[in-house]
Amino acid sequence: MTPALSIRNLTKTYQSGYTALKGIDLDVNPGDFFALLGPNGAGKSTTIGIVTSLVTKTGGKVSVFGHDIDTDFSKAKSCIGLVPQEINLNIFEPLIQILANQAGYYGIARRRALERAEYYLGRLGLWDRRNDAVRTLSGGMKRRMMIARALIHDPRLLILDEPTAGVDIEIRRSMWEFLREINAAGTTIILTTHYLEEAESLCRHIAIIDNGLLVENTTMKKLLAKLHTETFVLDLRMPLTQLPPLPGHDIRMLDGHTLEVEISRDSGINKLFADLSARNIEVLSMRNKTNRLEQLFMSLVEGSRQHRGACRRRQA
Amino acid sequence: MTLDQKLVAFRTIFYKEVVRFSRIWIQTILPPVITTSLYFIIFGGLIGRQIHAMEGVRYMDFIVPGLIMMSVITNSYSNVVSSFYGAKFQRSIEEMLVSPTPNWIILSGFIAGGVARGLVVGGVVTLVSLFFSRLHVYNPWVSVSVVLLTAVLFSLGGFINSIFARNFDDISIVPTFVLTPLTYLGGIFYSIQMLPEFWRRISLGNPILYMINAFRYGFLGISDINLDLSYGIIIAFILVLVAISLYLLDRGYGMRS
Ligand SMILES: Nc1ncnc2c1ncn2[C@@H]1O[C@H](COP(=O)(O)OP(=O)(O)OP(=O)(O)O)[C@@H](O)[C@H]1O
Ligand SMILES: [Mg+2]
Repeated sequence: MTPALSIRNLTKTYQSGYTALKGIDLDVNPGDFFALLGPNGAGKSTTIGIVTSLVTKTGGKVSVFGHDIDTDFSKAKSCIGLVPQEINLNIFEPLIQILANQAGYYGIARRRALERAEYYLGRLGLWDRRNDAVRTLSGGMKRRMMIARALIHDPRLLILDEPTAGVDIEIRRSMWEFLREINAAGTTIILTTHYLEEAESLCRHIAIIDNGLLVENTTMKKLLAKLHTETFVLDLRMPLTQLPPLPGHDIRMLDGHTLEVEISRDSGINKLFADLSARNIEVLSMRNKTNRLEQLFMSLVEGSRQHRGACRRRQA
Repeated sequence: MTLDQKLVAFRTIFYKEVVRFSRIWIQTILPPVITTSLYFIIFGGLIGRQIHAMEGVRYMDFIVPGLIMMSVITNSYSNVVSSFYGAKFQRSIEEMLVSPTPNWIILSGFIAGGVARGLVVGGVVTLVSLFFSRLHVYNPWVSVSVVLLTAVLFSLGGFINSIFARNFDDISIVPTFVLTPLTYLGGIFYSIQMLPEFWRRISLGNPILYMINAFRYGFLGISDINLDLSYGIIIAFILVLVAISLYLLDRGYGMRS
């Protein structure tokens, strides 16, 4: 099976001399919903820029559905739709014109281009604003406009670089629905985001980049299974003055009404509740302290940083 | 992309350019028409009456072709400069860069847009000139081909200028310090036969002189210089600028990091 995106030993050194990518290997399967995560400055946008030919690579190979971006760029580019991180719309142009023109750059004739533009304006809730100039849109509307623009030529691979930054919760959820739908219809999606619950709820595969290197590349299921313990916060009905001893549980009192507890995946949660009940401690509600993926993400990135630190010290 | 699809892409860029300058016609079409009308009134009408015939034609009739050409030159140039630089500045140029549209189509689209604005403004200026002078047409093919080639040439110049420009000031440097002086010294208002030998020779190094003279020849049948030489110079410049433009586009100069 030809991968939707194949990246081999990708390196990038900017003119400033800064090396943003230090050799990345990545495969994304057709039909996948893929999360590309990493802290600020990790190299996510650089990678996406190279794939979409907005950034020139220093070394390595990239192909999109088997089309090399250097030698077969016309076909490779036709396969990709890009929603960039920064807004790059012409603020003076009306929405419908931008979309119809974008279709034109892919060789879609005007009449058909206008039909498609109208369809996507409707789908992304921008129909009423179709004749307005971009500068009159809100930030969230501009983001949706960029999604419409990326889809106008029916790309097989949709790449979204932080599409939901600054988008309100309601719209974000409807964007998620929309993305799930087009993924189900066969479009491969690569997404970067700093909202990890977004990645957790949408994506099946996940890669984490830090400092220009891949530190993780696996399925979401396997990654979450790596999480050995989870931290829960319990709200109590009656305030406690002092925490009774609860042997076998890693538990802390935050204040009279709240406890924090580490629960390992093997032991499960029943025993804790049984022990609490036995001591007449009634739990009103319970929640995860942090998003599960967030917890993992932090430990992976921390881990790679400590490793680098150790290497550097050894070299010194 | 098939040839058909490339044609669609070209039409899209061209159409977009025409829509752009038409939408803001008060900034793009009206000002040059007003300026040129003032030239007609002041130089042709008021001062020109005191000047006797130039190479056997009325002074007013002598300057009309040059003034039309000047408006074509500045408008082709500034259309591409502001449009392409604007797209670069807002980064909406990335819309084209991520698409499969080849660079030569992108270039052709912008050039066609610049030529269109040059010709529209030139056309309106020509109409206005009819109030002040009788338009002779000695050889329409020469006039039309020269004005077209010149518009292409200066659209290309504007394109290269905007690729190198890093801020809005950079896009006015070339027009102010190069284009305007060369145009004024290109024999719009006088025949270089009037100049002392030394300055006449210097003037022959000014490419715009050849364009204005060839264009005027199409109207009046008079020229200070050889027509074939004019065509040769214009076409040579076009070829060189096309090569530079495509090279810069392929490198992604100023657009790709
Ligand atoms: N044009 C450029 N010139 C020099 N350095 C650059 C350029 N663009 C990016 N960088 C550097 O490359 C590194 C990676 O940047 P990149 O934009 O790829 O990060 P990112 O993972 O997308 O981060 P974020 O989550 O903040 O968007 C950063 O250190 C950045 O400063
Ligand atoms: Mg980024």
